[in-house]
Parts: sequence; structure tokens; C-alpha cells
Amino acid sequence: MHRTAQRGLAIASTIALLIAAAGCSGDDGGSSSGGASVPGVTDTEIVVGTHMPLTGPASAGYSKIAPATKAYFDYVNANGGVHGRKITYKIMDDGYNPANTQQVVRQLVLQDKVFAVLNGLGTPTHTGVLDFLKTNRVPDLFVASGSRSWDQPDKYPGTFGFNPDYTVEGKILANYVKANHAGQKVCFLGQDDDFGRDSLVGVEKVLGAGGVAVKQTYVTSNTNVAPQIGAFKAAGCQVVVLATVPGFTALSVGTAARLGFKPQWLVSNVGGDHPTLAKQLGEAAPLLEGMVGANYLPMQNDTANPWIQLFTKINKEHNGDAPFDGNTVYGMSVGYLFVQVLLAAGKDLTREKVLTAVQKGGFQGPGLAPLRFSDKDHSGYGGQRLTRVSGGAQTYFGPTYETDEEDGPVTEFSTAPVAPPANGVPTVS
Amino acid sequence: MSATRAAVPPKQRSAGVGDRPVDGRRGSTLLRHLAVALAVGLALVAVSYAVEPFRNFQLATVAAYLCATAGLTVLTGLNGQLSLGHGALMAVGAYTVALCQTAFLDRGMTGGWLLAVSLVAAIVSTVAVGAVVGVAAARLRGPYLAGVTLAVAVVVPALAVTFDGVFNGEQGLSVPVEPPPMALGAYFPYERWQLWLSGAATLLALVLLANLIRSRYGRTFRAVRDDEVAARLAGIHVARTQVLAFVVSAATAGLGGALLAVLAQSVSPGAFSLTLSLFLLMAVVIGGLGRLAGALWGAVLLVALPDLTHSVTELFTLSPAVAQRLEGNLPLAIFGITLIVVMIAAPGGVQGVLSRLGRALLARWPARRS
Repeated sequence: MHRTAQRGLAIASTIALLIAAAGCSGDDGGSSSGGASVPGVTDTEIVVGTHMPLTGPASAGYSKIAPATKAYFDYVNANGGVHGRKITYKIMDDGYNPANTQQVVRQLVLQDKVFAVLNGLGTPTHTGVLDFLKTNRVPDLFVASGSRSWDQPDKYPGTFGFNPDYTVEGKILANYVKANHAGQKVCFLGQDDDFGRDSLVGVEKVLGAGGVAVKQTYVTSNTNVAPQIGAFKAAGCQVVVLATVPGFTALSVGTAARLGFKPQWLVSNVGGDHPTLAKQLGEAAPLLEGMVGANYLPMQNDTANPWIQLFTKINKEHNGDAPFDGNTVYGMSVGYLFVQVLLAAGKDLTREKVLTAVQKGGFQGPGLAPLRFSDKDHSGYGGQRLTRVSGGAQTYFGPTYETDEEDGPVTEFSTAPVAPPANGVPTVS
Repeated sequence: MSATRAAVPPKQRSAGVGDRPVDGRRGSTLLRHLAVALAVGLALVAVSYAVEPFRNFQLATVAAYLCATAGLTVLTGLNGQLSLGHGALMAVGAYTVALCQTAFLDRGMTGGWLLAVSLVAAIVSTVAVGAVVGVAAARLRGPYLAGVTLAVAVVVPALAVTFDGVFNGEQGLSVPVEPPPMALGAYFPYERWQLWLSGAATLLALVLLANLIRSRYGRTFRAVRDDEVAARLAGIHVARTQVLAFVVSAATAGLGGALLAVLAQSVSPGAFSLTLSLFLLMAVVIGGLGRLAGALWGAVLLVALPDLTHSVTELFTLSPAVAQRLEGNLPLAIFGITLIVVMIAAPGGVQGVLSRLGRALLARWPARRS
């Protein structure tokens, strides 16, 4: 009898606990919805959420993006918000682990009832939640990755990218190799997922199928790239294209130096931010000299740029004056675009109106390259400009290029970027 | 002296923690467990309607973890074998389900019953892996056993990265799952369906485990744990018993992993890292080693802790940098501290404390009534 009683007691207390928990959360839901039917939207507030690697192998640099976006929202809120609503940005750490992303995104959507997921970061992580967001009809805006997966309007009508597609980027980097390093041995190191694969597709579209001599991949759970770099050295690579996250760019450059291997590095935008890399490498930062990268947002050290002046000011006022780098610029640019979209969606905010507003396109912000959103195109920026590290500073050189992810040519894009509005908050166009 | 000796019910009750009074009602054990399972099942259905979708999802995750922790309790608590590799066994189940479901989809096969087939396939493949590891484990003791299972925990996720043609590396595979049957209505919440699925599978596994524990096999498990020499003298084949315990616990771990994969609709090596294996072991120790109810507390803890730490970090207005550091590392720290506190204050774990409380209450109750 004791046994049954004990078990009964255990079961009863579990159920009591669960119902208590349910009761608590039920109250939360009731008070925050305020009678509005659109999740995450009240008369005074818009709740959006994101998943970011605040810890783990990819957190270097990336962990600064979401706080920067939040700082921009805080700035907008301090200036009256959007249509009288303040933006609340919920940032969830997923450690760049797809399993965690599943958990935290469900928490955002089902528990916190966010209006949209904004700028969720990572190719492997975000791929896992595409279907979940689609079935729950949650706008999945401006994913922080250049995988072509986001650009599938038929399959994922609510998902939009932000970064240029990695294939577009691969083509632009390879175009530079073709023009400046013709005849040299080109090698490629990519992350072992769609990030690396899409990028390699772009590189090979320009250089030809046999254009890349040695192809290597890495996984973020193994922080030893000596075998890959060793293979490059053994093959006598002269140019190495890296589709790597910042931690692994630093690791590759450092490992190569240790092996006495000095190729010309070409680095993907997501892993090529100089301040982030220099911080990672510490005293070995001079190894980055001559590194070629690509970018499409104002350079963080270009103090004459009005966008950088604006973002620096916001960073001082609302981000605790955190070290200012490319990730800060990126995060705030995302915030600016989102506010533009909210304004375009109008005062009666619904999820459908936001999606319609994004597809209508015509957004201009800090970016050098065009944003090409339409009902047929859900990719983000459509081009990049090349950068080079010289004298310990990363600067732009040459024209901005644009291209598509197919076999189209790499062409120059000459439209000059616009200046920011006087108070730093976009207005309804 | 023969092996059947172990099947004879003990005339006198031993004072061992795991031993249960038999009360001469052996025939009703299965029925009793089924009745309890039915009651819990009905309560779950009631709860699934009462709580919101995210809680349903969390409960479904608890159920999935419970499968694994219950199996680990049988292995470690009842049979005395330590396993640091149960996370890897969960991964085997999870990947099997992913591959099966994808294969079904590719062949254009649809239907709710296919998921059952995939789950059974997951159990079968984990049993196979568990048997291999179990045979090795039966020859090893203490730290050597821990070492081998640790190696399993490290190797299995690495395999997914090595054979990325099949397992798609760290990005992992997606697990296509059918929506809830139309009979339940077009707007039946998906999370409630997930709870039903995972709850039903877990209850079934728990009933089987509970029966196994009460059977002669359960007694041989305990006999081997308490004294291998004595068990051998009593005619028990020690190695065979240990392999059996390992296989049973591997099967439940496989089912748990498969359920997790179905819940998340994706599987990746990151979900089944070494940390998970360690967490599982810590969870069953904190919950209360050697009792299935303890496994429940462990599973609840596994789900509740990260959520709790997030809420805690949100309470304080910390600088972004500090909050970031805390959020990733706080669950680990809290888990460790809880483990130490439990080991010192309540060696029987949460369930030990609860049953002591329950016993004290019951002891007073009849006295008052008479």
C-alpha cells in the first residue's frame, strides 16, 4: 500500500506543480495581450525576438549584434517609437547549437508570443526552425546569414534574408581572384554546411569547376584546423578563400602562421570583420595585414560617414559604449531596416501587412549594395564591395559589385548610398 | 542451486532500498501498473487541454527525457553500472528516426502509423548498439566502464560529422512528421499532439520498465549490483544480467532520443553532446537513484533549469556582456551546485526526500484514524 500511496503522492504533486505553472503563465498571457489579436502587438508595444550565439564557438563578434540592434530600438523608443509603439527585443542565446535554437525559438513564439523573429543568426541553427516559423505564420525577417535557403518565396513566404547570398559573395570574391591572381593556385576552406557549400558554388561559378585546387571543410565543434591548413600548404596554395565564422578565420590565419604558410587570404563578410579578428588574435593581429574581404555596410572606422557618426552616438548612449566594430554597424543596420518596415506596414500592424511591406521593397539605408526585396526575391543585399586590411585598418577599395546567385555576370553598382535622416529615425516614405 | 532460484520470491524481505514488498499479489503487478499508467495518461490529456502550447511542448520534452532517465535509473540505480554515454545512445535513436522518416517521405509513403514504425526502428537500432557496448561494459568495472561509455559519448556525435554525406554534418537532418490526424479537427494545436505522442510512448516504456523491475530480472539486477560474488553463488549469470540491463536501458534511451527528434523536427550532433550524457547522469542522481519516480524529477529538472536561468538573468538588469556570459554558463553551475547540495543533504535525491515525507505522513495517518 505504501508504494501506491507514494506513487500517488508523487503524481499528485507533479500535476499540482504543472497546473500551478500553467496558471502562472496563463496570467502572463492574459495581461500582456491587452485585447489585441495580433501576437506581440499592443497599442504601446511591439515584441520581437531573436536567437543569437551569445556563448559557444560562434559567439566571438556575433554576440554583439543583437545588443546593437536593441540599442538602436532603444534609441527609436526614446524618440517616440514607431507609430507610438515601443519595440521590445527579446534576445535568446542558442550557443550556435541547432537543438537549442529549436527550444528558444519555441519559447519566443509560443510563450513570449513575439510578433516576429528578427535577424535570427546562423545557417545551421536557423535552418532547423524554418518549418516551425512557417506553420505558426511568424514573420521571419532578415535572417543573419547568407544561405540561399531564405530566398524560397514559394516554400517559405514569411522568410527574408539580410546578408548577400553566400553564392553572390563567392562570385564577387572569385571575380577579384580572377582579375588579380590569375594563374595562381586557389584553395577553399568552408564551414561544413550550407554556408560553406553555397559559397563554394559561387567561387566555382566564376573560376570554373577546376578552378579550386584544394577544398577543405571544418566543423565548429572541432577547433583544430591544422589538418586543413596543412593540406593547403602541402598543395602549395597561393590564394585561400575562407567561408568561415570569425573564430575560425582567426584560427586559420593563426594556424597558417604557425605552419609558416602565407597565402593571400580572401574572407567572407561574416568572418572578415577586422576589429573582431584582431581581438581574437591579440598580439598576432598583424598577421591579418593584406587580408581581402567583402562588405556592404559602412566601414566602422570611416568616421566621416554620417551613418557611422549616428551609430557611434547611439552606441555611446544606449549600448554602454561597447567597442564599436562591424557587428555593431550590422546590428544597428538591421534595426534601421526593421523600423523602416514597421513604418511602411502602417499603424494597424498585422503580420500580413509587414510581409506585404517587405515584399514591396524600395528600402534604402546604410547599405552600399541594393536591397532587392520583391515577391519573387527574398534574399537580402544583392552585392558587396571589397575591403583590404592595410596598416592595421580595414578600408574599402574599388567599386561596389552586384550579381545574382545564378550565372549572371559580376557588374559594378554605381548608385551612391543615401544619408541618414536628421534625427536618425526613418520616416514614412 | 540453479538460475531459477532467483525467480523464487524471497520469503523474508531484505532491507535493501530497491526491494519492494510483494504482498502475495504478484499476479496483479501488471494490472496495477497499467491502472497507474491509465490514470497518469488521463491526467496528461486533461493537463494538455489546460495549459498553453509552450507548456505542452515542455511537458512533451520532459516525457522524452524521462524515457532516457528512466532507463539510466534502471542501469545505474538497479544494476550498478555507470554510463556516461547515454546521450550518444539517444543520438542513435534520433538519427534512426530522422533517416526512416525521410526515407518514407522520399518514397511518397504517408500515414500516421509510419511514425510508430520509425520509433520501433529507432529502438531496434539502439538495442543493437547497446548490445555491443553492453558486452564490452559487462567486462569492465568502475572507472574503466566510465571511460568506455565516455568514449561512446564522444565518438557517436563525431560520426555524424565524419559521415556528413549521410548525416549532413553539424547542420543535421530534418525529421518530417505528419500533422495531427484530421479526426482531431483542423485547428488541433500541434504541441498538444506532440505531448500526446511523446506521453503515450513514454508511459508504455515506463510500464514495461516498472514490470521488469518487479520481475525476477529486476531482482537479479539488484543482486548483481549489491554483490556480484553472492549473485554468482546464487546462480545468476552476472555478465548476461549486465548486458541485459544495458540493452534495456539503451532501448529506452533510443526511444527518448527518437521522441526528442520528433519533437524538434530536426536532429543534429549538437543536441546529443557529451554535456547531455553528463546532464542525464546528474539528473537521475539529483532525482533519486534507483526509483523510476526519481527519473521523473530528473527529467523535469533537465527541461526546467535552462528556462529558469533565463528568467533569473532577465530579472536582474545586468550589463549585456555579463548577462551573455551568465546565460550560457549559469545552468551548468546551478546543476553542479544542486548536485553537490543534494549529495550532502539528501543522498536519496528528490524522490528520497519525498518518500520519507510521505512515509512520515502515512505513519501518522492510520494512528489518528483508529
